[in-house]
Amino acid sequence: MKTNDVVIKIDGVDFSYDGDLILKDITLAVKEGDFLGVVGPNGSGKSTLLKIILGLIHPLRGMVRVFGQPPEHARHLIGYVPQHADLDYSFPISVRDVVLIGRLGKAPCLGGYRKDDRQAAEEAMQEVEIYNLRNQRFGTLSGGQKQRVLMARALVGKPDLLLLDEPTTSVDGRVEQDIYELLKKLNEKVTIVLVSHDVGFISTYVNRVACVNRSLSCDRTEHITGDVIEACYSGPVHMLKHKCEL
Amino acid sequence: MFEFIEVLRNHSFMQNAVIIGLLASVACGVMGTYVVVRRIVFISGGIAHAVLGGMGIAYYYGYNPMHGAVVSALIAALVIGFVSLRYHQYEDTLIGALWALGMAVGILFIYKTPGYNVDLMSYLFGNILMVEGEDVRLLAYLDALIILSVLLFYKRFLAVCFDEEYSRLQGIGVVSTYLLLLCLIALTVVILIQVVGIILVIALLTLPAATARYYARSLIQMMILASLFGAVFTTSGLMLSYQPDLPAGATIILIAGLAYLLATVSKGLVSRFHGYRKRY
Repeated sequence: MKTNDVVIKIDGVDFSYDGDLILKDITLAVKEGDFLGVVGPNGSGKSTLLKIILGLIHPLRGMVRVFGQPPEHARHLIGYVPQHADLDYSFPISVRDVVLIGRLGKAPCLGGYRKDDRQAAEEAMQEVEIYNLRNQRFGTLSGGQKQRVLMARALVGKPDLLLLDEPTTSVDGRVEQDIYELLKKLNEKVTIVLVSHDVGFISTYVNRVACVNRSLSCDRTEHITGDVIEACYSGPVHMLKHKCEL
Repeated sequence: MFEFIEVLRNHSFMQNAVIIGLLASVACGVMGTYVVVRRIVFISGGIAHAVLGGMGIAYYYGYNPMHGAVVSALIAALVIGFVSLRYHQYEDTLIGALWALGMAVGILFIYKTPGYNVDLMSYLFGNILMVEGEDVRLLAYLDALIILSVLLFYKRFLAVCFDEEYSRLQGIGVVSTYLLLLCLIALTVVILIQVVGIILVIALLTLPAATARYYARSLIQMMILASLFGAVFTTSGLMLSYQPDLPAGATIILIAGLAYLLATVSKGLVSRFHGYRKRY
């Protein structure tokens, strides 16, 4: 926040899957303390961009640096919140155990978690206000609660960068607002990149918006105009009218 | 019933059978839980059937088929694990092929072994009443190895089974963890083959765990409960099959299957009842 160090630097990145070019010539710089919203229609490559930042997949061309390092080496500094719809809700696992998975890389290789791992898990659960749910089965929670559990899991490793993939799918408007308020609070300490297909809502919380539709059509957004968004979505979008405060 | 207790008291073959049943229950309770929650029943089935190849080869060359089973189970686990990770798109076809190839190799070798071929049936359908002391010891070692490994790797197995991608981000060896899990399942399969034979292994591996799943809130609860169910199924199967001279393996599986059906139906009725109460 105080410094303006570059956290994520992406330069001229192409990515293709099965011969289809999904991302084309992406260039993006995220600075410390940013709250960047990545928007774009379904299938535009938003989640792919997140996975490239995580080093889960590698670009065809171009350079990616996270905290000045290749993504694989910076993973211990990144907290990631995937789409929870991809998880198995019938899996018998408690909220606490889900959160503890975020400490797996720091815990000893063999045996159980240490005391400081458990301590960190409790703090993370308190931070996102799910401590009272700690013994519940993950699958029995509501959509918003599940999202908070995955956020706690991302926070338990004390990251400097938080990446979220569609954190508000399958939750209703009020819960969505709660989650964004929570993220805004977290943004005082960590840099956040959030992927969403929902353009309207996030603009009140984020300080920058990037539109992805194969190419990254708009970045630096002191003023986001309807035209830019429309170009990205290739159609009229009526939610976004106001100025985005920086 | 009384006759069973009488035999159990006086004859080592029945004592061995009960001990093997209990050893098998622990293994199938613990590893079956992973098979059920990770949904790798088909992969486990492939490993189980490919084991016949190793048993047949060992039998042909005059080695203990049990040793052949251990070796081939581990090889099958690594090959099938590699295939499922590397060629995910064709996973089911490839595993189906390995499944059949292993069995074909086993049958050819057993067929070509000189002498009276009584063993093929006992490999396929189990011979719990004919297991000897040496093999019981081997099974006990395998059991100990499985439990020790799960104690050491519990949190890793849990993480990899629940969320593979996130485990990879944590920087742990997801592939090696997964292959280790499959190897432990393979060793479990070797133990269970002694009880119910290759054909019915999958049922004993999954039914106690699947039944336990209805009542368990965590993985560890599910393992303990599944082991208890396994112990009840195997012991009562031995008891019920002895006097009417029924095949023990098939009786055990029948009991396990009925218990699972009962649990499924009663669980369905209970949740329907709750739904009814909520509505009115």
